[in-house]
Amino acid sequence: MTKSKSAYSTPTKSGKIDTHIIVVWVDNEASVLSRVVGLFSGRGYNIESLAVAEVDHKKNLSRITIVTTGTPQVIEQIVLQLKKLVPVHNVANFKRDDKNVIFREMALLKIVANPIKIKKALNTCKNFNPVVLDQTKKSVVIQITALRREIDNMIKNLKPLGLVSASRTGAVAMTRGAEILN
Amino acid sequence: MPKLYSGAEIVFKCLEDQKVEHIFGYPGGAVLPIYDELKNHPSIKHILVRHEQGAGHAAEGYARSTGKPGVVLVTSGPGATNVVTALTDAYMDSVPLVCISGQVPTHLIGTDAFQECDTTGITRPCTKHNWLVKNINDLPRIMHEAFEVATTGRPGPVLVDIPKDIQFAKTKYFKPSKKKSNLKIKNRFKQKDIDQLIDLMSKAKKPIFYTGGGVINSGPKASELLRELVSLTGFPITSTLQGLGAYPGDDNQFLGMLGMHGTYEANNAMHDCDLLINIGARFDDRITGKIDEFSPKSKKVHIDIDPSSINKIVKVDLSIVGDVVDVISSTTKTLKKKNLNLVKSNKQKISNWWQQIQKWRKKQSLSYIGSDKIIKPQYAVERLYELTKKQDTFITTEVGQHQMWAAQHYKFNKPNRWMTSGGLGTMGYGLPAAIGVQVAHPKKLVVDIAGEASILMNMQEISTAVQYNLPIKVFILNNQYMGMVRQWQELLHEKNYSESYSKALPDFVKLAEAYGCVGICAKEPNELDEKIEEMINTDRPVIFDCHVDQDENCFPMIPSGKPHNQMLLGPNDQEANKISGKGKALV
Repeated sequence: MTKSKSAYSTPTKSGKIDTHIIVVWVDNEASVLSRVVGLFSGRGYNIESLAVAEVDHKKNLSRITIVTTGTPQVIEQIVLQLKKLVPVHNVANFKRDDKNVIFREMALLKIVANPIKIKKALNTCKNFNPVVLDQTKKSVVIQITALRREIDNMIKNLKPLGLVSASRTGAVAMTRGAEILN
Repeated sequence: MPKLYSGAEIVFKCLEDQKVEHIFGYPGGAVLPIYDELKNHPSIKHILVRHEQGAGHAAEGYARSTGKPGVVLVTSGPGATNVVTALTDAYMDSVPLVCISGQVPTHLIGTDAFQECDTTGITRPCTKHNWLVKNINDLPRIMHEAFEVATTGRPGPVLVDIPKDIQFAKTKYFKPSKKKSNLKIKNRFKQKDIDQLIDLMSKAKKPIFYTGGGVINSGPKASELLRELVSLTGFPITSTLQGLGAYPGDDNQFLGMLGMHGTYEANNAMHDCDLLINIGARFDDRITGKIDEFSPKSKKVHIDIDPSSINKIVKVDLSIVGDVVDVISSTTKTLKKKNLNLVKSNKQKISNWWQQIQKWRKKQSLSYIGSDKIIKPQYAVERLYELTKKQDTFITTEVGQHQMWAAQHYKFNKPNRWMTSGGLGTMGYGLPAAIGVQVAHPKKLVVDIAGEASILMNMQEISTAVQYNLPIKVFILNNQYMGMVRQWQELLHEKNYSESYSKALPDFVKLAEAYGCVGICAKEPNELDEKIEEMINTDRPVIFDCHVDQDENCFPMIPSGKPHNQMLLGPNDQEANKISGKGKALV
């Protein structure tokens, strides 16, 4: 028997880790984002991406979409702890493979290369609603929308074609059909 | 046109409407307009502390002994940072506090002004919620909301940061609104949950109640109802550190405290039970030990007002989210209505269980080897209990061995009589907490059971006690060591007593005299009773320096990473069973 020198118990085995998308409706007030983010960092939860903006000017509501990973127990805690925050109105929680929910992320990609490579790059993007926002002889800025993993792949594929800068929004989510969340 | 009030006036109007009678605080530049207004509000008494941490703990003692929120008033910068420990302490132990802090004027915020700090940023993780008031028109609403957040659901601390220019600015005042806000929805359980609980109770052969601070926070009625429920069912009951007093400590159905320094019978019963009913406790790691082996054979029920407490640490079979008062009263009602017969048959069903518990009890796990030469700390607490039990006594503690001995050997019969820092474990809590308790209960006996190391952390507050004629008793179990640190070093670190001995200590009797209170010193067991009587009969603050055995350890204990049924017992038992060698390996 190994002798523990700690005043605390040893960690127990943890469950399977899943990716979840958590949507939080909050009052759009000073420091509300730091309350939400502080809860994650303070309790050791993970944030993979974060998207936030006001969605209802009249009611002063913002919608925060957080991609996180954790065991089922941790995800349950995240939802319950978020609900305890005073400016939080509602919290929704989806598994990444939930078929009833649409997830999208937008990226702006700057490519600096010769025209042949730029053409190739545009071609590579064709499945992800590419929009050319700016073009010069030496460069192009492309906007694409896709799933997170798809954008990950695109960035990998575009590196050899002259990708010099990428800016991403983080995932946002919406349910399918006529149903609404809040 | 309605009358306009300054921010400072609004603070007090709100305190009056919230029926606040006492505030604990310390003035400073950024909070002076509020202090200036104090004289116009005779119904509110201000207690001037010596350090802002003391104000926070005093307000905690006040809140825990009355059930009302404690109010703290501090200045910006160091005033606010000094109160952070107390806010964190209150957050961990679910104590309702409203802290009002001054802030530099709004136009200077963010400029590193004199005594500026990001108060709301610093206190965000240690409050239920906090507000920086940037517009005077928001102040009345925020002040009322602060009291509502602090006192509803699972109580806790809140902070309102008010810049100096807002304290001068004027606006209209309005009273708190009566309409129910979302915060007030506390009960989310249905009758079918109660039915399910009763079904589990009727099937159980080895049931146990495990109750915590939630019962105390639910109000004195909850303790009454708990007593009725326990007597109706005939089940054994154990309590966490914070729950002591909710059920009478000298009752036969009470197994004593559970957890790391809990009794042998309570911990074994937790381990072997087939139904565990948690009422207002949170499966703290000092209680559960190793989670994998925590109460492995039981169905678990968790009654808590905070939904995030459920399944946080231990997965439960039935969760009932609601106020303890309402849950127990529904349970008792249903039990009486449906199952009168069950109550009787139940008692028979669990008679074997009680026999087993009696066997565990025979170990007498709280016993210790007495002495007629040196005062044993356990003996000191026992004598204090015997000599004070006839009057309504309030006990606070610091943190360490003395705290555990107090929990083990002092028997509480009423709720709100026991104030101790459990979650955060804050040394220096007990003296200011005793001040807060005495302010709320001026005629009652208030004793801070202390250690000589802890007491020095907020020693300055004895000056507050003297200023307001608060006859608190500081009962120091003086072993010259940080006792709990020394104990761990003895058991786990090969007796390397690294920095746990205080080579220089003040003469506490002279110190008491210097502060203007009374000092008493006891060194031998035969003088103890007489000196304790002298302490009780002194109507002034007393520092009692009780010299105790330096080598005494706090037993029983669950060694780290061990389940409840592998307790380490005291030296009596170790010798009798020759397990001292093996016992050490268990640690």
